[in-house]
Amino acid sequence: MITQSEYIQEHLVHYQLNLHTLKIGNGGFWTLNLDTLALTIIIGVLFLSLFYYVAKHATSGKPSNLQNFVEMIFEFVQNTVKEIYHGASPLIAPLALTIFVWVFLLNTLDLIPVDLFPKLLSFVGINDFRAVPTDDPNLTFAMSLSVFVLIIFYNFKVKGVWGLGKEAFGAPFSFWLFPLNFIFRLIEELVKPLSLSLRLFGNMFAGELIFILIALLPWWIQWTVGGVWSIFHILVISIQAFIFMMLTIIYLSMAHESSH
Amino acid sequence: MELAKLIAELQSMTVIAAALLIVLAAIGTAIGFGLLGGKFLESVARQPELSPLLMVRMFLMAGLIDAFAAISVATGLLLLFGKNPLLGEIINAAAQKVS
Repeated sequence: MITQSEYIQEHLVHYQLNLHTLKIGNGGFWTLNLDTLALTIIIGVLFLSLFYYVAKHATSGKPSNLQNFVEMIFEFVQNTVKEIYHGASPLIAPLALTIFVWVFLLNTLDLIPVDLFPKLLSFVGINDFRAVPTDDPNLTFAMSLSVFVLIIFYNFKVKGVWGLGKEAFGAPFSFWLFPLNFIFRLIEELVKPLSLSLRLFGNMFAGELIFILIALLPWWIQWTVGGVWSIFHILVISIQAFIFMMLTIIYLSMAHESSH
Repeated sequence: MELAKLIAELQSMTVIAAALLIVLAAIGTAIGFGLLGGKFLESVARQPELSPLLMVRMFLMAGLIDAFAAISVATGLLLLFGKNPLLGEIINAAAQKVS
């Protein structure tokens, strides 16, 4: 019998690979979270191959149910992108679609029972498996930093060094206050990846923690609280995936268009 | 005896901190959602044809508001039910003194 806090602690440990010794365990900075990596890659490959298959077999005749479904998601993302970003970009819409579906699928793993994956995998010798990749801050930061790199890249590509410099040093105050302008701009840019990743992480972490706490209740009461929280969590999951996509589009279109 | 006193002090402080984390998050989001929902209903009453568009925007804002409250609540719950990270230092210091 383990105590309450031990149970929670057990569920918050990742299945980690120490890169110093190449053994399972925590290696400080040089650690790979194998559970996060495995689940994200598996789900990413599944999602991309499904969409690829549907795109290759798309017909203009009577579409299958699957094709209808994929087209629905596709059109939803396309409309959202068109609403916000008006120029032509080969990157923004595919990136938005990938982020939306991927994050949504990863978040959905939160809805499967908290003990199912760890229990099943403990039979094959894998202890401490965490089933929800998006409540690993490493993953959310990796995604938001990739978006951040794209923001910087497009800022330089579209506006050029001179245009970006003029924008960064010359706004919001007059040019004579350029150090202040530059600091403002720096903070504005640095907050983007931070809020993007912490928002997703915070929501998913809170959700999982509450599921773990529900799992600690006696079995005959679990389904009431668990059911209510699951239904509420479906909303949170889709909204967070949608927000991640939306903010990515907004940030990238801000990088394309001179706002000042 | 001194150790028990220290631990009790730390734990009472932790409970207050956890309560504050949860309560402030609840107050903040409650006010935020109240304003948001109220304005949404007001604008839908004024222009019902905009309702689907505004609904999407409202949920977007709801998600934006929700995030930091969720972090705060998670931290509070972790302090309340999980292993208190601050307790470890007291126990370590006590163990050093004993040995």
